[in-house]
Amino acid sequence: MDQRLFVKGNEAVAMGALAAGCRYYFGYPITPQSDIPEFTARELPRLGGTFIQAESEIAAINMLLGASACGMRAMTSSSSPGISLKQEGLSYMAGSELPGLVVNICRSGPGLGGIDASQADYFQAVKGGGHGGYRLIVLAPHSVQEMYDLALLAFDLSDRYRIPAMLLGDSVIGQMKEALIPHPRAQVELPPKDWAVRGKQEGAPQRVVKSLYLGDGELEAHNWRLHERYALLEARETRWEGLHTDDAELLVTAFGITARIAKSAVRMAREAGFKVGLLRPVSLFPFPREAFRTVTLVTKKVLCCELNTGQMVEDVRLSVARDAEVYFYGRPPGAGSLPTPEEFAEQIARYCGGAA
Amino acid sequence: MSQVEIPVFTAPRSLKPVVTHFCPGCQHGTVHRLVAEALDHFAVQERTIGVASVGCSVFLYEYFAIDVVESPHGRAPAVATGVKRALPDRVVFTYQGDGDLAAIGTSEIIHAANRGEALTVIFVNNTTYGMTGGQMAPTTLAGQQTSTSPYGRDPANDGSPIRMAELLAQLDGTRFSARVAVDSPRHVIQAGRVIREAFATQIQARGFAFVEVLATCPTNWGMNPVQANQRIAAELIPCFPLGTFKKIESQS
Ligand SMILES: Cc1ncc(C[n+]2csc(CCOP(=O)(O)OP(=O)(O)O)c2C)c(N)n1
Ligand code: SF4
Ligand SMILES: [Mg+2]
Repeated sequence: MDQRLFVKGNEAVAMGALAAGCRYYFGYPITPQSDIPEFTARELPRLGGTFIQAESEIAAINMLLGASACGMRAMTSSSSPGISLKQEGLSYMAGSELPGLVVNICRSGPGLGGIDASQADYFQAVKGGGHGGYRLIVLAPHSVQEMYDLALLAFDLSDRYRIPAMLLGDSVIGQMKEALIPHPRAQVELPPKDWAVRGKQEGAPQRVVKSLYLGDGELEAHNWRLHERYALLEARETRWEGLHTDDAELLVTAFGITARIAKSAVRMAREAGFKVGLLRPVSLFPFPREAFRTVTLVTKKVLCCELNTGQMVEDVRLSVARDAEVYFYGRPPGAGSLPTPEEFAEQIARYCGGAA
Repeated sequence: MSQVEIPVFTAPRSLKPVVTHFCPGCQHGTVHRLVAEALDHFAVQERTIGVASVGCSVFLYEYFAIDVVESPHGRAPAVATGVKRALPDRVVFTYQGDGDLAAIGTSEIIHAANRGEALTVIFVNNTTYGMTGGQMAPTTLAGQQTSTSPYGRDPANDGSPIRMAELLAQLDGTRFSARVAVDSPRHVIQAGRVIREAFATQIQARGFAFVEVLATCPTNWGMNPVQANQRIAAELIPCFPLGTFKKIESQS
């Protein structure tokens, strides 16, 4: 029988990473994600792995860069202010085509902000974050189980495409406890890491992990290569969850914790007779543009709910069929600002024609 | 009787036979050679990974025939930590300038040393930001004019030159720390010996080793190569004394 555990989201993501074969964790304490370094500090030494509490988030992301350059599965985790500090390193990793996992258990901001759940770092996560016009693979778990599952998926995608991956969570997903059924990693065939440094063998070509391309036209070609890889991600690796999309007059969309609340709201509204469906992006980059386009060929109204003042809604607007209308409902994060299902249900009733 | 030519001096195997981009009289090239000679001496070229920093030495991989990882400005000791922890049986070194190591990367170098990472750090102190055009560095001498200290470095406003070799020697994790110069044949031979010792520290599993090399930047000092070389003994060594500040023989 499958083992069933009752764990926090933060523990689940760490367990998923270890199941993915990650044996290197580098991080710096920050609430609400410190359960991740606490878990890996305990478990990694037992597995022969390495845990380093770095002197800063900057050092941590660069340690990850170094371990990844050697071909190892490695991770770091932090929360919003710490993720800001990692942006330079992420840009270098993206430019150097290095895989790796960064878990971002978002908290509110700007500045020091608070430890409340937040989705205000959507732009930072999906639009590049650091300098130079790169992308990360960004996945948004909405349950403890998904924290585990998406950690496994993130490592596979990151290795396959040589693009750093981010799990974009929040303090509720990180801190809440739910049932988790752990499972081993899927046996997928991944390209060999024939680019990793290892000490140049006699007669073998030199291996260099770098982002610097100074020759005439080299950097432009490098950027086109990266761009093509992002396009490949969009073509092959978008992930989303749909609910009652067949007959919906209104499509609700949300990610992460907000999607969790939206699911309850959609259930309540359905019970009240509203024809409402849900489209939950699981991959935020690549964004499930085609799914939005297809659904909105029929469903002409979309309500985007977020725990911010409107970020993903921009990608939704860019994705829907031309004649679809997109509405936004959200609140900036802060203590006590987590919306309730009733609150979303009210919005659904407002936009849904033909109330029961 | 036919004559046999026996080469008594050859290029190090660990260096590529290429022309460098360094300015005339720049001592980065000399330091590259000494590092390569050390790798040859221990026959570790094949299991060495270099970590390049950002500065005039950024093209480490163009000159060394070894695997290399590039790091962001100042972060080489953190990158090298990740490399060494992933591949503990490899020889890992960073090569950093004074802006890179003693300004933006102060935190990373201090904590890599303090953790006692088994790394060799080659620190080239030319008292200026060479690559970006000769701005003031934390190692710039009091009174030294640079493009951002046009009236001379004023300790009251800018602080005084930072002595990294002495500073790092204070840390328990540091097993070897020394300062050398390459301005005379005697100093070059000494520097070669010290750099070998810094690699021996790592190879013999003794831990973190640091070598500061005083070096010229004729271009940004506004001097010709001979004048720049003379400035090392006249101005730099009095402020940055040569010597070994720490050497622990036992394994860590
Ligand atoms: C984050 C960041 N800030 C600034 C720079 C610009 N920069 C490149 S090299 C350098 C200083 C190099 O000086 P040093 O480390 O002393 O090396 P040198 O060229 O003198 O050998 C600076 C400030 C950069 N590349 N990245
Ligand atoms: S600018 Fe200075 S440090 Fe850079 S190559 Fe020229 S002389 Fe050397
Ligand atoms: Mg310098």
